[in-house]
Amino acid sequence: MAGPVLEMRSIVKTFPGVKALSDVTLTVRQGEVHAICGENGAGKSTLMKVLSGVHPHGSYEGDILFEGEVVRFKDIRASEQHGIVIIHQELALSPYLSLAENIFLGNEHAKSGFIDWRETLRHATELLRRVGLDDHPETRVADIGVGKQQLVEIAKALSKKVKLLILDEPTAALNDEDSSKLLDLILELKKQGITSIIISHKLNEIRKVADSVTIIRDGHSIETLDVKSAETTEDRIISGMVGRDLDHRFPERTPHEPEKDAAPALEIRDWTVHHPIDQQRKVVDDVSIQVRRGEIVGIAGLMGAGRTELAMSVFGRSYGRYAGGTVLKDGKEIRTRTVAEAIEHGIAYVTEDRKHYGLNLIDTINRNISLTALNKVAKRGVVDEHEERQVSEGYRKSMNIKAPTVFEPVGKLSGGNQQKVVLSKWIFAGPEVLILDEPTRGIDVGAKFEIYTVIDQLAAQGKAVVFISSELPELLGMCDRIYTMAAGRLTGEFPRAEATQEVLMRQMTKDKEVSR
Amino acid sequence: MSTDVTDKSPAAAPPGKSGGSATGGGLLQLILDGLRRNMRQYGMLIALGLLVILFQVWTGGDLLLPRNVSNLVLQNSYILILAIGMMLVIIAGHIDLSVGSVTAFVGAFAAVLTVQHDVAWPVALVLCLAVGAVAGAVQGFLIAYLGIPSFIVTLAGMLLFRGLTEILLAGQTLGPFPDGLQKMGNGFLPAVGPNTNYHNITLLLGFALLAFVVLQEVRDRKRQQEFSLDVVPLNLFLLKLVAIAAAVLTVTMLLASYKGAPIILIILGVLVVGYGYIMRNAVFGRHIYAIGGNLPAAKLSGVKDKKVTFLVFLNMGVLAALAGLVVAARLNAASPKAGLSFELEAIASSFIGGASMSGGVGTVLGAIIGGLVLGVLNNGMNLLSVGTDWQQVIKGLALLIAVGFDVWNKRKSGS
Repeated sequence: MAGPVLEMRSIVKTFPGVKALSDVTLTVRQGEVHAICGENGAGKSTLMKVLSGVHPHGSYEGDILFEGEVVRFKDIRASEQHGIVIIHQELALSPYLSLAENIFLGNEHAKSGFIDWRETLRHATELLRRVGLDDHPETRVADIGVGKQQLVEIAKALSKKVKLLILDEPTAALNDEDSSKLLDLILELKKQGITSIIISHKLNEIRKVADSVTIIRDGHSIETLDVKSAETTEDRIISGMVGRDLDHRFPERTPHEPEKDAAPALEIRDWTVHHPIDQQRKVVDDVSIQVRRGEIVGIAGLMGAGRTELAMSVFGRSYGRYAGGTVLKDGKEIRTRTVAEAIEHGIAYVTEDRKHYGLNLIDTINRNISLTALNKVAKRGVVDEHEERQVSEGYRKSMNIKAPTVFEPVGKLSGGNQQKVVLSKWIFAGPEVLILDEPTRGIDVGAKFEIYTVIDQLAAQGKAVVFISSELPELLGMCDRIYTMAAGRLTGEFPRAEATQEVLMRQMTKDKEVSR
Repeated sequence: MSTDVTDKSPAAAPPGKSGGSATGGGLLQLILDGLRRNMRQYGMLIALGLLVILFQVWTGGDLLLPRNVSNLVLQNSYILILAIGMMLVIIAGHIDLSVGSVTAFVGAFAAVLTVQHDVAWPVALVLCLAVGAVAGAVQGFLIAYLGIPSFIVTLAGMLLFRGLTEILLAGQTLGPFPDGLQKMGNGFLPAVGPNTNYHNITLLLGFALLAFVVLQEVRDRKRQQEFSLDVVPLNLFLLKLVAIAAAVLTVTMLLASYKGAPIILIILGVLVVGYGYIMRNAVFGRHIYAIGGNLPAAKLSGVKDKKVTFLVFLNMGVLAALAGLVVAARLNAASPKAGLSFELEAIASSFIGGASMSGGVGTVLGAIIGGLVLGVLNNGMNLLSVGTDWQQVIKGLALLIAVGFDVWNKRKSGS
């Protein structure tokens, strides 16, 4: 094997009051794909910011050696000049500029200050082809999907003559199809001699593309494992991340025995929704599902399957254009035309995108928790602040939200703790039916377990739970029954005993070609 | 007004006070901790205090002469009224550029009613507030229900109402107003009772206010203990009470040794306490913060965002009308040029007082502090006979410094 292209030695980085990196050593070999994994807040992103010059030389301790020489980057530009390019989790493309303009943004092909369009387009076409995109370089970024945008980012990196490509959770927002395309591209670039560092939560991805994996925990580099070796199992990596053996990733759960007689707590019949802009397109097509009290029902589907759209349109018509269908609660038809009506009927929808749709990040924990059900702590329109504080202190303790007080702004919490605030908020609303949309997305393994436990308790209390997820192991571990969706349609229904990853995935990918 | 300013300002107490308190120990530490935690809240209050001290020295003690304090209140009352409404608008994530013009329009309307048509002033007052409500409601409807950006709607409103004012007044100045209305802008509480060298009613009101505030604080503390929540340590609590008492009494004595409390001060006091309470404790107020902080999240939490936005603008219209009446009453005439650039002063007050461009942040108290910073600057510079040219420059710098400090402070506390 080739020698190291990058060595980071005993990196220490402190922020006021927090030691983000205590002692991290990372060695990346020339031409490999090196994965970095660890729980949220372990220091992965900070480490990459140190490497790429976001945190300039002098603000950290330790040495960085790139291609055998000590480097001291004062900003991102300096690291890019050495061929180190980072692609952040949130894409940094300008939506109303073309692909070509984005690729060369800040790095334009220009003659005395004026853009050379011919060269720009030629070069852009070449780069786009290299990443497997055949879109015209003058297409606006806003008009292509997230998956393609990610590829444009890589094309942009290639334009900078990248030697070391850093990808921070590149597939977090992608569906399986786009994810696998992206991963294939990383392997393709590897053949062309480009070294990559990939930060990822998804262990199957790591197994697919990575040669080695470095595990970071609490600001320390714990170990570096050879992914190809037989001992490096997913459980092995997970136990490294959490620092304990993880026998049970899900709480023990006695499957629910459905009472055949009682009407389902929530039943959705023949539900159809059109796309908000492209009104010809059916995003949800004639879907009927039901969930009983005490039951956890999963909805599996790839991105674009219509799961979130189904949930949001039922929840106060918050998505798309309603085109038919009814909602029944305990066998009686109910109106859920506004969010307020849905909440009144005891339905809660916990969004997949807590930062944009779930929380007011600049406000405190207690005010976020009380918002949906303010009237519970208010008399005649006036909030009793003390009662509100007492209620949210209760949730802080019972949900194990890690914050000194409930007066902490939610934006300062980690992803897992934010998710616990969102859950508390909806539990406080006192729903009978909870629709949880990707409740464990982007949160670390420890917090996931805590959230599974809460979901389990909710079901045990007799609440009906709809669990939307794209992580099949989590659905298999938690649900009594699983529906599959593909391209807006319901494609299957499986009791826990019959469901396996393979069976579900087959239904989730069904009809995809036909409906296009 | 002094109530609310002092109500939440225990940490702003002069350091000398701590000696008078019951226990020493970690008291100073507690105060410093409290200060650090609420840097944003207290920063501006401290700045205002420093500004007052500075001008007090520069003007050789003229700033805090009873007569000048009285003047300060009268001169700034309408900006403060507007700033309260503007703060709500900005917290909701919007802006209102039309308030200066609405102010002028309502003043003109009042003049037409009372001067040209001899309508009784209480009737005129109600009609004027109603006109303000309609102006606000129309703009609010366009913004909330039709989704036209508030900047555009209120920019149009600014032009429209300015034009209507000139049409209504035919370019002339109209006055004088009936006595009752004049009192709103210039009047003081009536003097009654024995001659004590002080204004009796003002003194009584001050004492009543003090008793009320102390009682509230004590009750609040009891409630917290009832819910078994942590409370402020007793010595800090006592210190807070002493600070409140000192501030309330100082302002009361200052006002009482001149003509007494201006009527507008009482109105303003009611507004500040009322709106402060609404924004902090009413469901409506919480919903304003929620839609300003994250609109999609608020919608998915069942907040009726359109209704809230509509009401915020309607409310702004009513407050603009009130300010219009006060301005007209104070000048004792309605002028086509009244209320020029009031919207900008109100907006500046809000931002100096801690509002954020992106919404979701700010307090009514902050708007008042911001307005007072501008007011003290105005008044102090007038006393020092600084020209209006330099006054503008200095006020511009004050806005920049205040907001710049805020941004710097936020960045420092972690991003």
